[in-house]
Amino acid sequence: MACYLTTETHLAMYRSVLVVLALLALVAPLALGLGFMGALAVRSHNPLLSGPGKVYVSMVRGVPDIIFFLFVPLAIDQGLEYLMHQIRCPDWSEPIRKGNDFVVCAAAKVPLASSAAWVHSLYGFMLAVIAFALVFGAFAANTLHGAMTAVPRGQMETAEAYGMSRGQAFRRIMLPQMWVYALPGLSNLWMILTKSTPLLFLLGVQDLVFWARELGGQKTGLFAYPHPDWRVWYFLGVLIFYLTLTWASQKVFDRLMVRVTLGQATAGGDAQRKAMA
Amino acid sequence: MRTCAESFDGLILRALGRDFGDRLLPRGLDITFCDQVFLIASGMIWNVYFAVLAVAAGFVLATALALSMGSRLKWLRKLAGGFVFLFRGSPLFIQFFFVYEALVLLPKSGIEIFGLTIDTAWTTRAWAGALFVLLLNTSAYSAAIFHGALQSIPRGDIEAADAYGMSGWTRFHRITWPTMLRLAWPSYTNEAIFLFHATTLVFFSAFPAFQQSGDALYYARYFADQTFNPFVAYPIIAAYFILATLGGIMLFGVINRRLNRHLPKEVRPKLRIRPQFIR
Repeated sequence: MACYLTTETHLAMYRSVLVVLALLALVAPLALGLGFMGALAVRSHNPLLSGPGKVYVSMVRGVPDIIFFLFVPLAIDQGLEYLMHQIRCPDWSEPIRKGNDFVVCAAAKVPLASSAAWVHSLYGFMLAVIAFALVFGAFAANTLHGAMTAVPRGQMETAEAYGMSRGQAFRRIMLPQMWVYALPGLSNLWMILTKSTPLLFLLGVQDLVFWARELGGQKTGLFAYPHPDWRVWYFLGVLIFYLTLTWASQKVFDRLMVRVTLGQATAGGDAQRKAMA
Repeated sequence: MRTCAESFDGLILRALGRDFGDRLLPRGLDITFCDQVFLIASGMIWNVYFAVLAVAAGFVLATALALSMGSRLKWLRKLAGGFVFLFRGSPLFIQFFFVYEALVLLPKSGIEIFGLTIDTAWTTRAWAGALFVLLLNTSAYSAAIFHGALQSIPRGDIEAADAYGMSGWTRFHRITWPTMLRLAWPSYTNEAIFLFHATTLVFFSAFPAFQQSGDALYYARYFADQTFNPFVAYPIIAAYFILATLGGIMLFGVINRRLNRHLPKEVRPKLRIRPQFIR
């Protein structure tokens, strides 16, 4: 049993856990950054900024995001190849869309057909990261925008009365206080993000779902196994992995909430003060 | 090139099976714009089917679960809490896989109970198996919402019911339950919309499409693969989903108005819709 669980392919499956965690580690800050910029853009007084900001935030709502996960990588891939084609092969005379084919010259393939296999898989992974960051950035923008407007108006008025500029008031007053309002939404978002990582499988990344199907099946694209259909057990393992992940994140977020509530003018903050007194 | 009318006749019900339209889907260069519009529309039949049945049946199960979560019996509380944690804590995608693989393991010839043979083959088909998963999933999410609403029923409402001498079933179905619905309705609307969007996952996880009859996203991806052009099929399905979501919001808005019909217009709670989250 122990021997079976440490075969080469099983080690590859355990490594795919790292792929999932790497995706989470990359997407979370990217989405938070995008969301922050989106929220600032929505708040902006300049219509050139607030217009695109609003379009970005509302674009992702109302459409199932799996559609974005399928659409964005393909669109970026074709966009990049089109750009490279324009730069590297300016004297190519044939049209790029030929019937149902998308043809660019060999030098414009992204990544180049000659590059190593890991470049291809890294490229696929990065496309997935961009797609996730775009979708979750819009959600985060929504949450952060709500949090910014939830900071009591009086706080900002006081800052103005002290003669702070818009930027100063934002950095010194709003930024430290908005997190208590943002955290419930952001933790919810993190849960949703962890729970959408299996979609990596759809994007062709070799993640946990891929290996669970590969290793559990009797006969797959890679090997034929002597054991019967064990996929249900592998998926049980994956299920438990995700349950642990969400359970652990919940604990972390509970801790974090206690930290950001400290000294805030909310019901939670009052309860903390009372408990300490 | 076929005309739009021909596409309509051949494809508008194709998602139900190959007996309901063209045997073969249009391929490669034969694909016209109308083909894409009508075939994806026909796929929406399945999305609506899954969403309507799962929400309708899930509503009943969720009410039972929410009541169990607030029950005085400890084992019932634990059981309902565990169910809700299981389905809210894991990805729907994995749930589909797990349940499908579990259903596949059922004996193909059927189970014999008291001499009766119960057929099991249909359980692995999407219309039954996936509906089952979606039903359990939405029940768990809705139960959490309903439980939260039950917790925040104003104490005065219950006291007033007591003062009128109501108790048990009368109090539940005249006071507790309507108030719970009123409080939960905005979140429940969002949940129903999430579920509607989650129906797109059915044919992308474990459940295979028989005779190429799948949901809207199955066809959208089919077209994107066939034409290698994502810029037509995906916007079409996006438009369908936005329209259908707006329709759903209107329906839930009507129910919301009915739930709050006793209140003066100014204080009626408005539906705040923030749809679109994957599970």
